Amino acid sequence: MNFVLSRQIPRKDTVFLSNHSYKRNMTKFSNVFSRYILAMAGKSPWGSDGSGGNKRGSGSGGDDSNGGPRNPWQPGGQPAGGRKSSNIEDLFKKGRNMGGGGSGGGFTGLPRRPNGKSYVPIIIAVVIVLWLVMTSFHRIALEEEGVVTQLGAYNRTVQSGLQLTLPAPFERMQKVNVQEIRTVPIGSTETSSENLVLTSDQNIIDMAYEVRWSISDPERYLFQIQDPEETIREVAESAMRAAVANFELISAIGPGRSDIEAQVRSRMQELLNQYNSGITVQGVAIKQSDPPEEVNDAFRAVNAAQQKRESYINNARAYAQQILERAEGDTAAFDKVFEQYRLAPEVTRRRMYYDTMENVLGKVDKTIVEPGGVQTYLPLPEVRQRSRPAAQPQAATGGE
Amino acid sequence: MPTFNIKSPYVIGIFVLLALILTSMTVFIVPEDKQAIVVSYGKPKRVVNEYQPDVTFGQTEAGVHFRIPLVEQIAWIDKRILGVEMERQEVLSTDQLRLQVDAFARFRITDPLIMYRRIRTEERLKTQLRTILGSSLRNELGKRSFATLLSPERGQVMNNIQTALNTEANKYGAEIIDVRIKRADLPEGTPLASAYERMRSARNQEAVTIDAEGRKEAQVIRAEADAQAARIYAESYSKDADFYDFYRAMESYRTTFDNENAENGETSVILSPDNDYLRQFSGRR
Repeated sequence: MNFVLSRQIPRKDTVFLSNHSYKRNMTKFSNVFSRYILAMAGKSPWGSDGSGGNKRGSGSGGDDSNGGPRNPWQPGGQPAGGRKSSNIEDLFKKGRNMGGGGSGGGFTGLPRRPNGKSYVPIIIAVVIVLWLVMTSFHRIALEEEGVVTQLGAYNRTVQSGLQLTLPAPFERMQKVNVQEIRTVPIGSTETSSENLVLTSDQNIIDMAYEVRWSISDPERYLFQIQDPEETIREVAESAMRAAVANFELISAIGPGRSDIEAQVRSRMQELLNQYNSGITVQGVAIKQSDPPEEVNDAFRAVNAAQQKRESYINNARAYAQQILERAEGDTAAFDKVFEQYRLAPEVTRRRMYYDTMENVLGKVDKTIVEPGGVQTYLPLPEVRQRSRPAAQPQAATGGE
Repeated sequence: MPTFNIKSPYVIGIFVLLALILTSMTVFIVPEDKQAIVVSYGKPKRVVNEYQPDVTFGQTEAGVHFRIPLVEQIAWIDKRILGVEMERQEVLSTDQLRLQVDAFARFRITDPLIMYRRIRTEERLKTQLRTILGSSLRNELGKRSFATLLSPERGQVMNNIQTALNTEANKYGAEIIDVRIKRADLPEGTPLASAYERMRSARNQEAVTIDAEGRKEAQVIRAEADAQAARIYAESYSKDADFYDFYRAMESYRTTFDNENAENGETSVILSPDNDYLRQFSGRR
């Protein structure tokens, strides 16, 4: 066991060492490179962003230069305060060593090309080319237009496609989406929030609406108005209130809606044109235009009253129908009988009389009282009881 | 110390850097949406890219300009249309109604020099305009009735306020483009509640009216039907009033003495032999 271990360690060391110089070069390179990149981006290489990368890079370099294996007790990525400063010192030290007293100037620590010249010009050239490409070629999407300013002054507006400009400080490109229809919602349909608007008859309605707009003139949109969205919101609100103030409550919550929408739209467009804003109002949609929650019950009561009125009328019509049909029926029957009666009045009359009497008296209890001969005593309750034995069977048994 | 070499990239770099710094101190770029005041030792000397109406973009003075480094400073002033919003405040109209009004104004700084001399920053100008807007709004609305605000006259009110505000704003080098009342609401609490109450009672009135109307119409329909029925009956029955009397009596007996019909109650008939029905019963002729 021991033997194996002792044999392994030197082997590992050699591997490390051969790795070491290459790795160190790479570290240097990445350090310098990132410093340049960051400088180009206008950030300090020692700033919060850049220093992390540097630390990590130099950290590993420092470890390697110690020659031994990585300290297993030291967590790899931890940028501890003490280690940081020593690493930076290491870096400078190493830089000096690398320079080796050469005459190449102060830029010590830079790797060299095989022919001994510095990489710096190449790096600068690459960066410049990248920057040229990035800032002079612009891909403008189908729905966009590009506004080009030349040293701050408006120069031209270009259509979609691949567009060329001068590089960054000389020309700038601002892309504006001219197709997109944006919406600004005002008020909400939820009951919790109310956006109250006064109508011409001094009633109040709760409104929610949406303004759809798009950019018609990108350069005006960019240069004319400070806060376009807020401007649209304010203009919409003022136009809506002015429009609703011309409508009465009943029309504002119902049939007048589309008129209001049209009025608001044209009024808004007028104002925005006056501001030279480069904005087109596509439309105004009223999502809600109701009486406020507090009085909604009263409005429902009106609806209920309307329903009730309909039902009153329907009932009356039904009654009228019924009574007229009955009148028709009754008179038709009378007319028929009368026709026959006219032919033989006396007989018909008698026949009808007997028919009726038969019909009537046949079903009822009859008592015939001879006047004079008998003392007429009418046991009326008994008569009554007899007449409905079925109706009060219990009372009858109870009585017995 | 390494030898100083003019061709060294370091030296070149330093020169380039110096040149850049010098350029940035002497040259300034004015964008389209800004006006620049060149200030020398606190004294405004000239304006670059001043607002001119009816000048298209690209024709303005935006672009590269020069200044004397260290001596001249630049103060930037917005060239776009700016907004100032008046906070919601209560206004009393002539008919003693309290109203909550908020308004906004759109303005543009047309004379940056005056603006810079008088009030210096945009923020302070906005504060100033806000105050003026509030007071001119109160003045104007105080002369009007509540109903005016809900009528086409509203436009006239706005124009008056705009004129008043514009005179003030001109003193600060600004021009008012537009003044609008955003909201004119009844204040929360009692006024709003009483407005609701009014709406509610108006609705109730309507509901009651509709109800009564319905009853009335129903009654008319019934009465018309009754009249129609009476006419039909009269037309038919008046052919022979005597026979009608008999016919109807028969019909009536049949219904009233009908024991099958539970509604009628029980019927017992006590007949006298003198009854016409029993004429034949007693054998009389």
